[in-house]
Amino acid sequence: MKEKILEIISNYNKDKTRLMDILHDIQSVAGYVDDESIELLHQELGISTSQVREVISFYHFYSNEPLGKVNIYLNDSVTAEMHGREAILETFEKECNVKEGSVSEDGEFGLFHTSCIGMNDQEPAAIINGKMFTRLTPYRVKEIVKDLKGGKDIKELIYEGDGGGRNALPEIHSMVCNNIRRRGALLTHDYTPFEVTKTVLSNTSPDEIIDVVETSNIRGRGGAGFPTGMKWKFGRKAKGDHHVIICNADEGEPGTFKDRVILTEFPELVFEGMVIGAYAVGADIGLLYLRYEYKYLLNYLNKVLDDMRSNNLLGKNINGIDGFNFDIRIQLGAGAYICGEESALIESLEGKRGEPRDKPPFPVEKGYLNYPTVVNNVETLALIPKILTKGSDWFLSLGNKASSGTKILSISGDCNYPGIYEVEWGTSIKDILDMCGALDVQAIQVAGPSGALIGEKDFGRTISYTDLPTGGSMIVFGKERNILTDVVMNFINFFIEESCGSCSTCRNMTTVLKERFTKILDGKGVPSDIDDLLNWSELLKVSRCGLGQTAANPITSSITNFRHLYENLLQKNVEFDTGFDLEESVKASCAAVGRQPILHNM
Amino acid sequence: MNNTIKFKIDGKEIVAEMGKTIVEAAKENGVYIPTLCNFPGVPPKGGCRMCTIKINGRFMTSCTTPAAAGMEIESDTAEINDLRKSIIELLFVSGNHFCPACEKSGNCELQALAYKYQMMVPKFPYSFPLKEVDASSPKIIKDQNRCVLCQRCMKTIKTEDGERYFAFENRGDKLEVILDPELGQKMTDEIAKLAMDNCPVGSIIQKEVGFVEPIGTRKYDKEPIGTDIDV
Repeated sequence: MKEKILEIISNYNKDKTRLMDILHDIQSVAGYVDDESIELLHQELGISTSQVREVISFYHFYSNEPLGKVNIYLNDSVTAEMHGREAILETFEKECNVKEGSVSEDGEFGLFHTSCIGMNDQEPAAIINGKMFTRLTPYRVKEIVKDLKGGKDIKELIYEGDGGGRNALPEIHSMVCNNIRRRGALLTHDYTPFEVTKTVLSNTSPDEIIDVVETSNIRGRGGAGFPTGMKWKFGRKAKGDHHVIICNADEGEPGTFKDRVILTEFPELVFEGMVIGAYAVGADIGLLYLRYEYKYLLNYLNKVLDDMRSNNLLGKNINGIDGFNFDIRIQLGAGAYICGEESALIESLEGKRGEPRDKPPFPVEKGYLNYPTVVNNVETLALIPKILTKGSDWFLSLGNKASSGTKILSISGDCNYPGIYEVEWGTSIKDILDMCGALDVQAIQVAGPSGALIGEKDFGRTISYTDLPTGGSMIVFGKERNILTDVVMNFINFFIEESCGSCSTCRNMTTVLKERFTKILDGKGVPSDIDDLLNWSELLKVSRCGLGQTAANPITSSITNFRHLYENLLQKNVEFDTGFDLEESVKASCAAVGRQPILHNM
Repeated sequence: MNNTIKFKIDGKEIVAEMGKTIVEAAKENGVYIPTLCNFPGVPPKGGCRMCTIKINGRFMTSCTTPAAAGMEIESDTAEINDLRKSIIELLFVSGNHFCPACEKSGNCELQALAYKYQMMVPKFPYSFPLKEVDASSPKIIKDQNRCVLCQRCMKTIKTEDGERYFAFENRGDKLEVILDPELGQKMTDEIAKLAMDNCPVGSIIQKEVGFVEPIGTRKYDKEPIGTDIDV
């Protein structure tokens, strides 16, 4: 094994910035990253063993402890819970004889929870040895476990058949469904991939390209909405030995799965968007950061890149344009929501913990390895070739003034037709609810947990950068749902789980808020607790990154729009209660001494 | 080329060399902005958020933001002082900080800042987390109860080859700064002392020496934090 590990390390030229890949490779041959491998990494890469562990322990999918032969990662997003996750978990626990969060005694099965895996329209879902299993039922779980015990290969277990579209390709062969229910500017098949690269680039200057992108008024589709043309302009202006263009395919906002569908059906558009971006910005390095959960697309995406290389659409002097050298490498993530934040993503690409950087400097000035770096979302890049073919006027004719073009929504939850909807910006929430067959709606989470939870009075509002901005996640909650215990609590736990922890407010305030929120749920709340939640949430706004700054949104927006749900739980005519449970607190010591104290209620 | 810039903090004109961070520039001009994770000579990493200021109405950290000509900065205002106090309170309730029994009392920046911002009882509930004390190194004790995860030891305590003695482990509310077990065994007295001195709190304590300087006569016992800077 030692030789194998050393070989892996030398495959990456002992380059510590490639630690992510090295750890993935070690884990795939050794099952986990054991102490001996860590020692070798320490010797070969010149970093202390703790520095290696620092990276391993940051990412959900690396392990320093033995995993099972089969590892099951069961999604714990709110939609999974709404669609029967509990029964699936129980069945896995029983059939595999293992508790969630551990490995069975015989070492056969590991069973773990994991944050949203981008399958919200086909929950409950799990990743089993890297393969995606969706729409699980207890029956199917029993069958899968039985077959695995019988020695069948994971690939033979997809009795559902493939999910259609390119999911059927042998390189993917997955049961994942695209569920495209509405096509617009991006998802319509009206463009021959690489046409722009082949016919436009050679007779258009980089500045002219940036002009078109800027005039189209396209803004980043990941959620932050930064004008793409401006970003490219900054990137082009910034000085550096190399320029970098990164595609952010780390969509981790619970409830979003549109990048998964774009990458499955339109990877050529995404990669061509990167090539055009590289030409415009002057980039020679291209990176696509693919979230680990979408590893099942990796071979397929690499094949698309290989085809591009053999057609001179990547590599040296692309399509005969002298001096236009650019290639793309796919970097697999390892399970960290925070890496969707562009500077955390860059840290991860450099083989480090995915902790956001302080800004300024922004990535366009100093990004990957300190080179000027443009980071764009999958959807943004996929729109670029079409904008350049059809023109910025066409793009401006879609959507509304502040928000041109279309937006791809990932809709899930309590609706009859969950899936992918491409709509023009400016579409009202009411229209969207009608489209997806959502009846008896109590609330909608727009833009994921970091967005807003809105109720009926806001259904007339529209998705727009000036009204309800969104990266695309939309989760519908019916009248029967308990918003506080089922929804808000799930989101609170999500932010606690996914905080990098490096800044004091996000690391600590999320748990303080949870304590106070739980106090209300436990029936010990008083009116001032609601004010505390609102006031204390303010402190999160000084956090370093978007995760921290929005981590209280589930609480604040549910108080704003559903205050009565909180008030209903408060104690009647009680103004003060510490929430301290004396009896509970002395339980352990009572058991130890074998005596019961006389408790005086304060 | 003129290398000097001018900007304002709370209305006071600051003259500084280009490239300085706001914290540095302020300090040179006799304006104290509280810090905790910042440490001279190593790259800042706005981790504690204590030095938060407002520039044009936006919260920024002054340890990481370079000063620029014409900036109008708010620092010593009721709003910002209130949030700084809240951060200190948050750090207190998230760990187990019992000053009277701590070797760092009087030399502790967290304690000094709590006094400066007149913290009485934190407004947040104490979490009393269960934390470990690592005494495996012959030279130091790493007490997780008191660690505020400022990264100062991680950034400043290194071997000659640049390997770090201290590193992060886990993330989020499970995040800890741990001592590398191997390097911890090889630690010298000099390194141990430096680690203890660079720690703003009592999380790194040198073994076999203690209370050389009596409590009551220590740095912040004599003068409150920041008074050496503020004019």
